[in-house]
Amino acid sequence: MSATTRPQPLLSVEEGGESDSSPTRRRILLVTAGAGLVSLAPVVRATEDAMAEAIRDLIGEGPLKPGKVKLELPSIVENGNTVPLTVSVESPMTEADHVESIHVFNQKNPQPYVAAFHLGPRAGKAGVVTRIRLADSQRVVAVARLADGSFWSDSADVIVTLAACTEQ
Amino acid sequence: MARVLINFPQRAKRGEIIEIKTLIQHPMETGYRVDNRGAKIPRDIISRFTCAYNGDEVFRAELFPAISANPFIAFSTVATESGELVFSWTDDNGQMQTEIRQITIE
Amino acid sequence: MRALLAAGLALAAAAAVEAEVVPDARRPGYDFASPEIRAMQDDETTNPGMLWVSQGESLWSKKAGAAAVSCEDCHGDARASMKGAAARYPAFDAVLARPIDLEQRINRCRTEHQRAEPLGWESDDLLALTAFVARQSHGLPIAVSAGPELRPFLDLGGELFSLREGQLNLACSQCHDDNWGKSLAGNVIPQGHPTGYPVYRLEWQSLGSLQRRLRNCMTGVRAEPFNYGAPEAVALELYLMERARGMPMDAPAVRP
Repeated sequence: MSATTRPQPLLSVEEGGESDSSPTRRRILLVTAGAGLVSLAPVVRATEDAMAEAIRDLIGEGPLKPGKVKLELPSIVENGNTVPLTVSVESPMTEADHVESIHVFNQKNPQPYVAAFHLGPRAGKAGVVTRIRLADSQRVVAVARLADGSFWSDSADVIVTLAACTEQ
Repeated sequence: MARVLINFPQRAKRGEIIEIKTLIQHPMETGYRVDNRGAKIPRDIISRFTCAYNGDEVFRAELFPAISANPFIAFSTVATESGELVFSWTDDNGQMQTEIRQITIE
Repeated sequence: MRALLAAGLALAAAAAVEAEVVPDARRPGYDFASPEIRAMQDDETTNPGMLWVSQGESLWSKKAGAAAVSCEDCHGDARASMKGAAARYPAFDAVLARPIDLEQRINRCRTEHQRAEPLGWESDDLLALTAFVARQSHGLPIAVSAGPELRPFLDLGGELFSLREGQLNLACSQCHDDNWGKSLAGNVIPQGHPTGYPVYRLEWQSLGSLQRRLRNCMTGVRAEPFNYGAPEAVALELYLMERARGMPMDAPAVRP
């Protein structure tokens, strides 16, 4: 019995709920989809540039300092749909010295924004847990804005693997 | 009304930092998927989540399609006085769901 | 991509190897999942499946149908009456003279006793009730009946489990008996024990039934999946539960 190529889904209900237009998958879609069966609407894929631009929009001209922020993500996930994320920032969370907001960005989803969390001294500690979608293996960046206007960051790389037996 | 699970200690000491965990049933449709006939499934996400403690906003989140379905958000707040915690989820269309919980400070 | 081709070749080559999972080597899907997934499952406050359990709890006391009765009206407190129930399904239905699974049982109650419309497969309400009932068996060993009336259906299920199917020409046994623990497209192949159903599958971003998962397996090998509620589907469910006899239930589980 010859092993058959796994037929790619002709419809773009992709892993992670967002289009995965990495080069390999795009090549396979073009090969197997055939003429007239273009399944993906043209998607502007976020690139390192889009993420950098989004971060610059937030921080303006000032420096982005690595440190104080701790971004925790699993280094490899079985499914990109639900990736647990924990972000915390070292801060006394007093009126004078606290975290105002934490912004999370990604590198390869269709758009660079993941979430923005607004805290303040009433938080007690600067830490948020959530679950995110990652369309492909990529870097995630968290940026914290402190009360004094400074920006601090951390990043994490996640390898996203594909599920085997899916619905399509 | 979407199903919601909210967890936090209902009794706390004054000044204690309490952890609040929230889970809401919602597909968080990204707007990037197509259905079986190739039609784009429109975006439908919760884009904003807030928590107010006796009327003061103590936490706010802006969410994007990269947040997973059935969004889980955990955060903390300082237990100050007894009263009400009001949680609100708002979607792209401005539809809001609000849940109110009591907290007792000892 | 290449990994999948290699896996396909390896499985094709391994066809002749008979290697049923020996009882003491049986491990639930939980054991094959990552620490993050296990953490998500273990904590009731973070397990997304609990959203449906909570919904099921409300539905349990909601009157429905022309008879205007609720589950609670007949069954009382589910914590007592449903304890161990899910662990015994699929179970033989004397009237239909065949086994039915938990979803079908719930719908029979709806139509026969509540005189209400049956709930659709994979509908939120049916998932919620199934999840709520299954939750009451948490930690209890799977204990489907071993009665003779189930024998022919169990045999059918066993045959289906070993039957090659689909364009990839693979049988369930080839992955789940012969190659569990190995990787397939980045996921570890579990042994295929249905201890945690209905399950929150990350792939679905929703809770789903065992039948939905089996349909995914069949689509995965490029076979035409069973229709929901088909006798073959229930026979296969019965076989899987028998194969998992004694393993503790952990519904609603979280899986990739």
